[in-house]
Amino acid sequence: MTHAISIEAVSKRFASLQALDSISFTVEHGEFFALLGPNGAGKTTLISAMAGLSRADSGRIRIMGHDTVTQTRDARMKLGVVPQELVFDPFFTVRETLTFQSGYFGIRHNDAWVDELLYKLGLTDKANVNMRALSGGMKRRVMVAQALVHRPPVIVLDEPTAGVDVELRQSLWAFVKELNAAGHTIVLTTHYLEEAEALCSRIAMMKKGRLIALENKDTLLSRSAAREVSLQLSGPLPASLQPLSLRQQDGRHILALPDIAKLEQVLSELRLAAVEVRELSVHETDLEQVFVKLMHGGQL
Amino acid sequence: MYGFITLFKKEILRFWKVGFQTVMAPVLTALLYQLIFSHVLSQHVEAYPGVSYTAFLIPGLAMMSMAQNAFANSSSSLIQSKITGNIVFLLLPPISAPAFFGAYLLASVVRGLVVGAGVLLVTAWFGLPLPAQPLWLLAFAVLGCGVLGTLGIMAGIWADKFDQLAAFQNFLIMPLTFLSGVFYSINSLPPLWRSVSHLNPVFYMIDGFRYGFFGQADVSPWLSLAVVGGCFVALSLWVMRLIASGYKLRH
Ligand SMILES: Nc1ncnc2c1ncn2[C@@H]1O[C@H](COP(=O)(O)OP(=O)(O)O)[C@@H](O)[C@H]1O
Ligand SMILES: [Mg+2]
Repeated sequence: MTHAISIEAVSKRFASLQALDSISFTVEHGEFFALLGPNGAGKTTLISAMAGLSRADSGRIRIMGHDTVTQTRDARMKLGVVPQELVFDPFFTVRETLTFQSGYFGIRHNDAWVDELLYKLGLTDKANVNMRALSGGMKRRVMVAQALVHRPPVIVLDEPTAGVDVELRQSLWAFVKELNAAGHTIVLTTHYLEEAEALCSRIAMMKKGRLIALENKDTLLSRSAAREVSLQLSGPLPASLQPLSLRQQDGRHILALPDIAKLEQVLSELRLAAVEVRELSVHETDLEQVFVKLMHGGQL
Repeated sequence: MYGFITLFKKEILRFWKVGFQTVMAPVLTALLYQLIFSHVLSQHVEAYPGVSYTAFLIPGLAMMSMAQNAFANSSSSLIQSKITGNIVFLLLPPISAPAFFGAYLLASVVRGLVVGAGVLLVTAWFGLPLPAQPLWLLAFAVLGCGVLGTLGIMAGIWADKFDQLAAFQNFLIMPLTFLSGVFYSINSLPPLWRSVSHLNPVFYMIDGFRYGFFGQADVSPWLSLAVVGGCFVALSLWVMRLIASGYKLRH
């Protein structure tokens, strides 16, 4: 068994819209993987194809080595999906919901694991409450629990924190990190880039059905070479530093800093020219800047 | 297999939790029909020799209620799940097409039989005899609910909106169940309408079910069994294939 998820040249069209355009990538065992992209990029469509909720027009997807079309049973047993839309069955309580979900996966006596999930997700005191009576955040937690009843090695969360309060977001991430540490492969899509930045080791970016970037987070961040140093000086910028100058802003000089070691050189040039530094700050590129750049078609 | 059992249990629990609507209401409706029609017509009609109109009416009403409720059970459950989106929780696990079909079907049959038993119970005092042919009775009850439960699964999968389902129910299921000899023996009809009735599969369910009580009917119970059984097998195979293909469920 080679990859946790392998996606090979997957395409899907809705009428005239190319929702997925020959997407290929793999996610390795134990990875924490982010799938980013603006609304309509095709993230949910790709996840639906992984889960067998929809069928790709062409290409092939394997979950833990099992083809999602020809080995549906094995592929589905290995995959837990938290759908993007907040959905629930208003007829049942939280515990009924989870017990039924276990049964759909063929698991009979799952009480111990269901209790643990309830506990970890802060739902213990809601176990016998009807789904209708839960807040949105609580319903979202039940959806996470539903995706985990069969202890899948691969877990996909489609914007699990959209419209969810801060407290839940943090406790959810703590839990997902714990699952990842226990060996589960995690794929998540999110609009909060700082979440992807803080949690994920590898990042794929999609736009209009195409994969436009796929890198280690650190490579992606450094490749954009957008680290900058902002300097407030007592005199003019020495000529030797002009090539690094990006712009002037509020009386400060903004210089490009491709490599942090370059800072040493900048400072010694200033000392030589007898220019005093009144204020200095270094700005790291964050994922948001990279993202915006990529989405506007700029090459890195 | 356990997926099937779980889905079946969930479907039973779903209608049982709202039993006031799903069981009591149709039983009350049937009782009202029985009161009104037997009051209006009891003096005028003797359906079969030796069978009063009031007694004749009961099995027809029971079968009609069973059919309508078996249809309502699977169709409303599926369309609710589709519209609210929680059907996704059934599509993510590896539930096979026969298990999916079987669970909805069996739950519909159970709902139909519970309603049917309720209708018979509250109307029996109008002079219902003990069944002359209990096995025939059971066979038509189960198969009749099976046919309508299967149609309900099909309608629930096909319809995208409640009004499409309502149209299916009002323009197909209601006319078929009402024009099936519930309220009259088709032998009392003019020849043209008698032939038309013979094209309606619900007519055979009701006629066969009646045979179970009275040991006499408009047509032979074997013919009714062949028609109802044939419909059931053909529809089931078709709907199971629809489900396996992912029609309207997996886009
Ligand atoms: N069932 C569908 N029928 C038609 N178009 C669809 C369907 N599902 C998604 N789309 C379209 O496909 C594109 C990708 O959607 P989606 O995968 O939901 O994007 P994302 O999850 O990245 O926001 C969108 O333009 C969306 O409108
Ligand atoms: Mg989406």
